[in-house]
Amino acid sequence: MPVRTRPAPTADPAAPAARPRPVPAPRAAVGARTLRRDRWWMQPLITVVVLAGFVVYGVWAALRNGDYFADPYLSPFYSPCLTDNCLDDATPHVFGDISPVSPALLILIFPLGFRLTCYYYRKAYYRSFWWSPPACAVPDARRGYSGESKFPLVLQNVHRYFWYFAVLFAGLLTYDAVIAFIHDGRFGVGVGTGMLVVNAALIWLYTLSCHSCRHLCGGRLNLLSKAPLRRRIWARISVLNRHHMFFAWASLLWIMAADFYIWLVAAGHLSDPHWIA
Amino acid sequence: MGYELAMRVWRGDAEGGGLEDFTVEVEEGMVVLDAVHRLQATQANDLAVRWNCKAGKCGSCSAEVNGKPRLMCMTRLNLFGPGETITITPLRTFPVVRDLVTDVTYNYEKAEEVPTFAPGRPAGDDGHHRMFQEDVDRIQEFRKCIECFMCQNVCHVIRDHEDNKQVFAGPRLMIRYAELEMHPLDTNDRLELLRAEAGISYCNITKCCTEVCPEHIKITDNGIIPLKERVVDASYDPLAALGRRLFRRSADDSAT
Repeated sequence: MPVRTRPAPTADPAAPAARPRPVPAPRAAVGARTLRRDRWWMQPLITVVVLAGFVVYGVWAALRNGDYFADPYLSPFYSPCLTDNCLDDATPHVFGDISPVSPALLILIFPLGFRLTCYYYRKAYYRSFWWSPPACAVPDARRGYSGESKFPLVLQNVHRYFWYFAVLFAGLLTYDAVIAFIHDGRFGVGVGTGMLVVNAALIWLYTLSCHSCRHLCGGRLNLLSKAPLRRRIWARISVLNRHHMFFAWASLLWIMAADFYIWLVAAGHLSDPHWIA
Repeated sequence: MGYELAMRVWRGDAEGGGLEDFTVEVEEGMVVLDAVHRLQATQANDLAVRWNCKAGKCGSCSAEVNGKPRLMCMTRLNLFGPGETITITPLRTFPVVRDLVTDVTYNYEKAEEVPTFAPGRPAGDDGHHRMFQEDVDRIQEFRKCIECFMCQNVCHVIRDHEDNKQVFAGPRLMIRYAELEMHPLDTNDRLELLRAEAGISYCNITKCCTEVCPEHIKITDNGIIPLKERVVDASYDPLAALGRRLFRRSADDSAT
């Protein structure tokens, strides 16, 4: 029987609103909204530029519906390719012919959802796009604030479900990287192979360093000593987790670079330098 | 070698006040608190400033220096450029008492709402509680907190929205919740309290609390986010709820 040294209060989210609100005592009348003199706006500005650039590129890549496969390389924007109008045969075409809709549109919700609900990206876009807050000790742009307590932002709690799909996608991108070693039925290595191998590695690092992964692998346990294997996994993921921001940016930019390279090769703008055994 | 330091210090109380300009003779190696003491000793004898250890361990001398929350005793003057004016204001989030002193009662009121440590029955026959180091490694980080309340001060949830003080406990208290929730011997279940009255979902993890922590506690990554994940386990994850129902366990039990 748990011992309660203090009765647990009834947890009713509506209760605080029903209480009479005390009149807040005055704060110091400082005047200026912020007294920071450093270039606090630089970080949100860089985030806006890079993320907006990625969105523009991603929309173009997802809608171009062509030049995404240069045998044996499949663009990560189109993997897994599941329709009859796909140019590769690595995965079954379970959705039939949906042309002229781009096959990328069927799958991108999963990596997009994973990144949108990611704890790191939340920080990045709340600061830079929402200005909530734009920087520490710089005031919010909006008068009201309810955080992630109400719809739609309460849906950020589905992050772990997107993580399950992210593991699946990391596996598929690894498969694509392995396929990229097979040139005309023989073992070979090209620049595209390197692009896809690095892409798969960065996606794995980003996926495994996720805060939800850290929780599910062992963080949820209080008695880690009773689960030594999970404790070791949790400890290693905790090390990766410290670099989650780096993996988030590196994997994002590398996806773009890999897709762009494959587009260059597929569209005939570039010849893929490669060696075949 | 001494030099003239230009300072702007907020003077006033709940009735009103403003920034006042001073020039103070300071020496190389001094910190902001030394300069404030020099100012107090030579020009503004009635300047109110809270301080104690001068070693960054008591958390008393929190203020905002050039707009950023800092411990005055740990902020060296050579951080600022020669000839730069240093502006010192009280913590913005709390009611002002006088000059650089604020009333931080809010934090203690929120602390009172946290159900305290409640160990279960000792596992051994000798009546002693025992735990393994690997089970308490995590929470020892949280014990480093010196209660300077700079994380509470910089947290935009309450800094920019006074009304939210009713529904959000703030990062310092989240660390307290984390310390107790992750404790291997504790038996209290605070997850529903965290979700509702402590308002953990008000935190949008923008990490300013972590940025200003003088003890370098990873408040967000190691405290708030793991708590958010536990709250998801308890309240938002249908698969976790199904697992608990199948195995007849409570959300708190499943953490053991």
